[in-house]
Amino acid sequence: MEDHRKGAPALDEARLRQQAIGVKLRQMFDEVVNETVPDEFLEILRKADKAGGKD
Amino acid sequence: MTDTQVGRSPFDPARDTTFKRELVTLIPHLRAFARTLTGDATAADDLAQDAMMKAWDARASFQLGTNMKAWTFMILRNQFYSEKRRSWRQSQLDQDAAERTLVAVDDPEAPVALDELRLGLGMLPAEQREALILVGAGGFAYEEAAAICGCAVGTVKSRVSRARRALQAILEAGAYDRDGRSASDAMGSILADAERLSSQR
Repeated sequence: MEDHRKGAPALDEARLRQQAIGVKLRQMFDEVVNETVPDEFLEILRKADKAGGKD
Repeated sequence: MTDTQVGRSPFDPARDTTFKRELVTLIPHLRAFARTLTGDATAADDLAQDAMMKAWDARASFQLGTNMKAWTFMILRNQFYSEKRRSWRQSQLDQDAAERTLVAVDDPEAPVALDELRLGLGMLPAEQREALILVGAGGFAYEEAAAICGCAVGTVKSRVSRARRALQAILEAGAYDRDGRSASDAMGSILADAERLSSQR
């Protein structure tokens, strides 16, 4: 990390940008993951459960 | 732990309970994956619910202890594409999805850079987008993503790397075409935001 001056600064820059995009990508996904799950989901599952092992 | 006969397990309440408990923990992830596929919160929840029920109905064929997350993602993805095939009108998706995604952002205070990322994602070919999401956001290994998408590991790798390059190019060029905002703004705010986030960790 110390000597990117003599290496390829453009490459470092590209890597930095890719990392930034990666962070945002996970943030975008995690935002939805962290939302409260609508009750509907559990209700549907509960009903299916009551129907027993029908399938 | 219950012994299971794949494909033909009898009614087994204990096993069902175990299965259900794990399935419930996956709902948030299914919703997130569905959101990236449909670009629309309501359609995404419909899709996630369908996938959840398909998984429940097929529970006898699932081997407890194997990767349920990958298995349910595969079900959700198949569901998405079979629905899409039925309503083929949606096939000009890529550009339209980008527009719909803009409308579908629920939180008006969400950072701008996220909108642009969504728009940029919407411009990628579907197979690149899903590969990048699975590996880059969903936390799947290339091998798992390949199983979910039904393709070779090498194919996933090349899709992910093409998606990364394309997305960066789109963000830098401002090609997502958002009213007048300049390209450097998008990439600049993404960089700034990422830096802030990673310094918080």
